[in-house]
Amino acid sequence: MNGKNNKMDKIKVAIIGPGNIGTDLMYKICNNSGYMELSLMVGIYPDSPGLARARELGIDTSHEGIQAILEDPEIRLVFDATSAKAHVRHAPLLREAGKIAIDLTPAARGPYVVPPVNLGAHLEADNVNLITCGGQATIPMVYAVHRVHPVQYAEIVSTVASRSAGPGTRQNIDEFTFTTARGLEAIGGAQQGKALIILNPAEPPILMTNTVYVMPEVASLDQLDQEAIVASIRQMEAQVQTYVPGYRLKADPLFDMLETPWGRRVVITCLLEVEGAGDFLPRYAGNLDIMTAAAWQVGNLFARELLKREGALV
Amino acid sequence: MRDLAQLAQRQPPRLTDTTLRDGSHAMRHQYTRQQVQQIAQALDAAGVPVIEVSHGDGLGGSSIQYGFSREPELALIEAAASVVQRARIAALLLPGIGTRRELKEAVARGVSVLRIATMCTEADISEQHFGMAKEMGLEAVGFLMMAHMRPPEVLVEQALLMQRYGADCVYVVDSAGALLPHEVYARVRALKEALEIQVGFHAHNNLGLAIGNTLAALAAGADQIDGTLRGFGAGAGNAATEVLVAVLEKAGLSTGIDLFKIMEAAEFVLAPIMPRQPVIDRDALIIGYAGVYSTFLLHAKRISQQLGIDPAKVLMELGRRQAVAGQEDWIWRVAAELAAQEEAL
Repeated sequence: MNGKNNKMDKIKVAIIGPGNIGTDLMYKICNNSGYMELSLMVGIYPDSPGLARARELGIDTSHEGIQAILEDPEIRLVFDATSAKAHVRHAPLLREAGKIAIDLTPAARGPYVVPPVNLGAHLEADNVNLITCGGQATIPMVYAVHRVHPVQYAEIVSTVASRSAGPGTRQNIDEFTFTTARGLEAIGGAQQGKALIILNPAEPPILMTNTVYVMPEVASLDQLDQEAIVASIRQMEAQVQTYVPGYRLKADPLFDMLETPWGRRVVITCLLEVEGAGDFLPRYAGNLDIMTAAAWQVGNLFARELLKREGALV
Repeated sequence: MRDLAQLAQRQPPRLTDTTLRDGSHAMRHQYTRQQVQQIAQALDAAGVPVIEVSHGDGLGGSSIQYGFSREPELALIEAAASVVQRARIAALLLPGIGTRRELKEAVARGVSVLRIATMCTEADISEQHFGMAKEMGLEAVGFLMMAHMRPPEVLVEQALLMQRYGADCVYVVDSAGALLPHEVYARVRALKEALEIQVGFHAHNNLGLAIGNTLAALAAGADQIDGTLRGFGAGAGNAATEVLVAVLEKAGLSTGIDLFKIMEAAEFVLAPIMPRQPVIDRDALIIGYAGVYSTFLLHAKRISQQLGIDPAKVLMELGRRQAVAGQEDWIWRVAAELAAQEEAL
């Protein structure tokens, strides 16, 4: 047995929630497993199409919720793709069972991770949170400005196709805005963050679009190194593209002056578009793709870390 | 038309005046506390039963995306609540923009009617907010926005969701001012037949039909209607409250609002502070014709001017792309794309 695709060199992982996000993540791990082996997918409905798809791929399934995961000591990493409310219940159970949780809901039980900003920052944690799809798409841009010039206020607008917003997002839309806004502050570096989400039911469905407004702590344009900011933003775009190829700026960032509650201020606007990879969900669902792609990055790094700790990897 | 001739035989509707919310768009969100107090006081004195006060895009709407409020909306709500004697204060909340956090703050400052607005296909994002509104003992009203984009049966399905979440009334909201009277009638009628709760109608005047459409809604059985003084609202504005009161009185329906006092409120309180009277200019007409969110009007005019292109083209393209409420950032996207195309020619 040799090579890193050898099963002994992999960490067993499970997914809770066989909906759109869980199923897309399942296909991502099956297409490219890295240091992970997907051994179990659980849901709560026996006739779940996501569980049927998992069985077709030869993955064990259970429709009795989290229990099957808690009972399997070989599973070390668990992706939770349910809802904020459900994850609040799952988090302590997974902790007690000694499993690391990678939370794809906006429950925000553990520290935030946005791969191009702080991928390796919380490898000691037993629960990390991926904020929201809007957060994954926009926080890198806020951070790209912040690392050049401190940011006072950041505001983002995520517009997603109605068909790509599942019941988890719909029932917890306030958690989306709270958690995204907090992510803009904690990871993006903004002193104050605000997030807006819009669902658009147009047919054919629209691509996910994000508008990021960043207000640096300056009163005039000549106090800013515009070239350095544009370069930083473009570099960040390329970095996100390494795991979400359909992530792109529609145009160079715009620099403008606006009246704000803080006085007349420079506002930098980034117009983003996210086209999905189409692993399971259609390409318009870039919002789900950026979330599952981030989860794959984080899961794979945790798996590598666990293997390293156990001496299976040097 | 038989129903219209028989208006006098039905129960009078309840009128909500939203000069201090929909009018916030026309005001570019620059209302001061003093102006809000003067307007609220005049509406209250005329006998308007419900006065809506919020940023135009609802609680939490003050932003780069929609325009910052000159004064915090919570202070404006408090100002209005402090001067009214009979009227109840309402606030608007769009899930995805405002949250339960702002809702609690608004209730603490005197709001007792909450109007919860979603795109007319997305009612299921409002469950949390109806839940909290009912928990807090508020009257909860659902708003199905951009109602011209879907047929009556879809609106019924969505209204039933809001009813299940606890709504006391669901409005057909003609956000783009794009509906014709028979289309308003069909939608309101369908909701009246399917729901156990009240039904309302909110008009915009982009096709010159705000008053006519409100009459059609009443003929179909609407229990609640909206107006703004001088029609002061987004796009070409709304049904003017004072005109509604006069028209309904002539139709034999008493709203309980004093016609002369409400005319005076429009003429002597609001008109002197209006930066512009909303009219059906070309761009407002295009909004009604192409079915675009009325609020886009002033943003589209400003952005198009900045980029040196025709706002009419931008608005037509936004209609083609089926932009919905809250998507002001798409105006930039579309305008920038069109400007680049024109440059390439």
